[in-house]
Amino acid sequence: MTSLTAFCTVAAIGVLLIILAYIAMQGIGALNFGFLLNDPRPVGEGGGIRNAIMGTVMLLLLSSLIGMPLGIAVGVYLSEFGSGRFGSVVRFLVDTLTGIPSIVTGVFVYTIVVVPLKHFSALAGGIALGMIMIPIVARTTEEMIKLVPHSLREGALALGAPQWRVTLGVVVPAAASGIATGAMLAVARVSGETAPLLFTAFGSRFFSYYLDQPIASLTVQIYNYAISPYDEWHAQAWAATLVLMMLILSINIAVRVLTRRKF
Amino acid sequence: MSTSAPTITTKVKIPEREPGTPPSQPGAMAAKIAVRDLDFFYGKSQALHAVSLQIPERIVMAFIGPSGCGKSTFLRTLNRMNDVIAGTRVAGEVLMDGTDIYQPGTDVVELRRKVGMVFQKSNPFPKSIFDNVAYGLRINRLTATKAELAERVEQALKDAALWNEVKDRLKNSALGLSGGQQQRLCIARALAIRPEVVLMDEPASALDPVATHKIEELIVELKKQYTIVIVTHNMQQAARVSDTTAFFLLGKLIEVNSTEKMFTNPDEKLTEDYITGRFG
Repeated sequence: MTSLTAFCTVAAIGVLLIILAYIAMQGIGALNFGFLLNDPRPVGEGGGIRNAIMGTVMLLLLSSLIGMPLGIAVGVYLSEFGSGRFGSVVRFLVDTLTGIPSIVTGVFVYTIVVVPLKHFSALAGGIALGMIMIPIVARTTEEMIKLVPHSLREGALALGAPQWRVTLGVVVPAAASGIATGAMLAVARVSGETAPLLFTAFGSRFFSYYLDQPIASLTVQIYNYAISPYDEWHAQAWAATLVLMMLILSINIAVRVLTRRKF
Repeated sequence: MSTSAPTITTKVKIPEREPGTPPSQPGAMAAKIAVRDLDFFYGKSQALHAVSLQIPERIVMAFIGPSGCGKSTFLRTLNRMNDVIAGTRVAGEVLMDGTDIYQPGTDVVELRRKVGMVFQKSNPFPKSIFDNVAYGLRINRLTATKAELAERVEQALKDAALWNEVKDRLKNSALGLSGGQQQRLCIARALAIRPEVVLMDEPASALDPVATHKIEELIVELKKQYTIVIVTHNMQQAARVSDTTAFFLLGKLIEVNSTEKMFTNPDEKLTEDYITGRFG
């Protein structure tokens, strides 16, 4: 049994390591400071992905702003007050939402945001990614809060704390590092999304930080470069993939350090 | 326990005479808490049957009885901690200083400020030692200044006989304390808001003998200022710390008497059987 599970573990991690190593090998060649600090140029003139890094960072910030508060609030509701019929309906809907193909979310946001505003925009991209984050954050938050021992809640209630103060002051802080981990998983998940951005943020070859303008992102740029017929752009797509991976890795590490259990 | 069940199917009547006034406290006649015909239900199953009991001020009253006899449930009706369990129902009266705590419009938050509780498993919050003790003071806004807050925390830790062990590391995590220290921290946390009654639900059951001894000493000390109700599985403990003992069996209150009488010459045959270890 031990050897079987160990073999499966090694196989699973092995695949991951091979992918990582391959991306690093392919990407490292085109990766240099100029690549990070320049905007795209026509084929043959080099250029970089500054616009896409900016775009991805901005889209992740926007989506976190939308997805995390809503997701955490839903998760807290489900775990603390969602024992009734309404709670199980919400839980079912959240699970369903997790399963919706991300491109459908993109088309949906296209209909309700892009069409009325007559513009692809960073805002629309952030909304689409935020919507994808909500169910992931909600369910991990719920699970993490359920792990907080009931005795802590009773201890706070017995001191005369009203329910809302127990939840906000004792339960949520006790689950904070778990909630942060869940939120980071959601960030990692949406940072790899391409499809919903095609209909919303659209992509751009120029540096931009405007909410109401189309904005580049690493994933869309990787997609565009990867389907192009140019070897130079293929190399740049690999390098951009490596950058995206490093970005997610550093966000993860930063959050781990910041939410490390103090008590 | 199940073999002895048929012997108590008849409704146990609590004698209407004086409800066990502690011999050492002749002045403590006024009942701090008076319970009348209390029934308690978890869904359809009845956990308490017509319990009537008076708890005088500034004594230690111990509840003993086998597991599942309803003593913890009864304890938790005194500060309405059972409210948080879905599907529970209460009938009867619990008078605290003459006011029924179950009457509509009762401020449960206010009640729990007056009736503190210490649980079986120590449950310090994942915060610093200081913040743990300060929690009740902060949420109830009992202190005006930081200095006053620090003073009240110090006093509570001293009252719980923990100050000397933690005074140099108040900012450290409460979870780094030993089991016995954690339990005394929880007692300090309950004392910080200066309740009138302290309920203790088997406070020493998870502790080693040395830590247990410290908690017991503390209980005797606290009696001077507080009314203490303690649930315990350990009959020696009940004998050591309490003035009055109440014996519960299958959701009924069988006997209340001074601890001394209870353990030497109880009125009820069932009490004697339990105390001498014939069942339970």
